[in-house]
Amino acid sequence: MSDEVVVKLNVNGRDHKVLVEPRKLLSDVLREDLHLTGTHVGCEHGACGACTVMVDGAAVRACLLFAVQVDGSKVVTVEGVTPTDGTLNPFQQAMQDCHGLQCGFCTPGFVVSMTSYLDDNPNPTDDDLKIALSGNLCRCTGYRGIINAARTAAGLPVPANAADGSDH
Amino acid sequence: MKPSSFNYHAPTRVEEATALLAEHGDGAKVLAGGQSLVPMLSLRLASFEHLVDLNKVEGLSAIERVNGHLRVGAIVRQAVAEHSADVAASVPLLSKALPHIGHFQIRNRGTVGGSIAHADPASELPAVALALDATIEAAGPGGTRKIAAADFFVSTWQTALADDEILSAVEFPVWGPGSGFAVEELTRRHGDFALAGAVVGVQVSGDTVTKATIGLFGVGPTPLRASAAEAALLSGADAAEAGKVAASHISPVDDIHASGAYRTQVTAVIVRRAIEAALKEARS
Ligand SMILES: Cc1cc2nc3c(=O)[nH]c(=O)nc-3n(C[C@H](O)[C@H](O)[C@H](O)COP(=O)(O)OP(=O)(O)OC[C@H]3O[C@@H](n4cnc5c(N)ncnc54)[C@H](O)[C@@H]3O)c2cc1C
Ligand code: FES
Ligand code: FES
Repeated sequence: MSDEVVVKLNVNGRDHKVLVEPRKLLSDVLREDLHLTGTHVGCEHGACGACTVMVDGAAVRACLLFAVQVDGSKVVTVEGVTPTDGTLNPFQQAMQDCHGLQCGFCTPGFVVSMTSYLDDNPNPTDDDLKIALSGNLCRCTGYRGIINAARTAAGLPVPANAADGSDH
Repeated sequence: MKPSSFNYHAPTRVEEATALLAEHGDGAKVLAGGQSLVPMLSLRLASFEHLVDLNKVEGLSAIERVNGHLRVGAIVRQAVAEHSADVAASVPLLSKALPHIGHFQIRNRGTVGGSIAHADPASELPAVALALDATIEAAGPGGTRKIAAADFFVSTWQTALADDEILSAVEFPVWGPGSGFAVEELTRRHGDFALAGAVVGVQVSGDTVTKATIGLFGVGPTPLRASAAEAALLSGADAAEAGKVAASHISPVDDIHASGAYRTQVTAVIVRRAIEAALKEARS
């Protein structure tokens, strides 16, 4: 076994110091060492997007990063994207309003991805949104509610027929 | 699954990185964006005693114009190159290819050099490098050397880099006015690796095509140049004819994603579409 190393992270505004093996993935450090279990691990090889977090402002797969690589970075997880007054952010609220989740396993990944995406791209087109959503998989919803939530959060119209699936 | 144990190295200078590779030989592997390597480690398809992380190495993250070329440092993130005005102005084909790589979260971390060094035959950037006759700069313990893209891609996931060398930069030639570029690919879902893809560059003078390049991906063990189709285009063939010529010179194998025959047929169509789009841009 290789030696453990000290990794310093600022997660959701709080400083943390953990002692971990270099092979420990950022997703596992968040869940196991920092007990931030909002970051979900689905595939653990980059395919599903459930583990998405922001590192220094960019949405990335936490399962494709070793924690040691992001020593000194600022990390924002799903626990850190909610306003402090207890309300939901616009995409979170839209997910609730548009029934964008069923079991909820994929939801943290969608929330972090789209929160980051809409911050960087406040005026996307409908196609831009569908492409931006393509990096996250959902096994329950059929995506309709999620696409509608993204449209709502981006201020785009939700097509009248969107509820019956005939828009894609 | 979890990756097996390794010793982690984060050198800050190229010489340190190549010295580590020289010291540990087969037991060491370069880590760049990790978007291909980490899945392989997690699936235990590969394991290494030492990982040499390039992310903190100085001098590998610049995008600059040098002698008629655009020089892109190895660890420039794909997302940075995608949104770079310099890249869009100097090497439009690279700009157009980048959004086809996975998803924005992948490109936020994946590097231009990593995609080319990984040499997946279904990847976009190796085909761009080959089509544009890019030059790959390799740095080793003894200094740097230049490798033509045509000599770089040896086979699936195999390049001309030695064990103790890193890819330090890629130099893409800058084309002049009157040129147009296009990328076309067929994927099952947005962001997937292509079942078949084509990158095309053309330069026109009036109605005549004066320069043409066609790179194919997903249809062989390496990216391929469709040289016969390029020649056809230069001697007046139309896009559909050139597409058929390109398809007649490849023999992709069957796999679980698509049969070789299907890939061949698709190639004729996407090469035609890419030529049409590139010509339209060149003439506009
Ligand atoms: C869900 C998903 C979808 C994807 N879809 C696509 C796609 O559609 N098209 C596509 O092209 N790619 C795709 N990728 C792969 C992605 O583009 C990777 O970023 C790229 O293949 C490798 O770049 P990297 O910087 O992440 O390299 P790494 O994963 O760090 O390294 C890959 C390999 O290259 C070697 N290497 C990296 N950099 C260097 C260097 N400078 N010198 C020497 N060796 C080096 C490593 O040792 C390793 O063997 C996808 C990945 C995922 C997870
Ligand atoms: S758990 Fe990271 S992408 Fe699936
Ligand atoms: S709500 Fe169950 S996976 Fe998306």
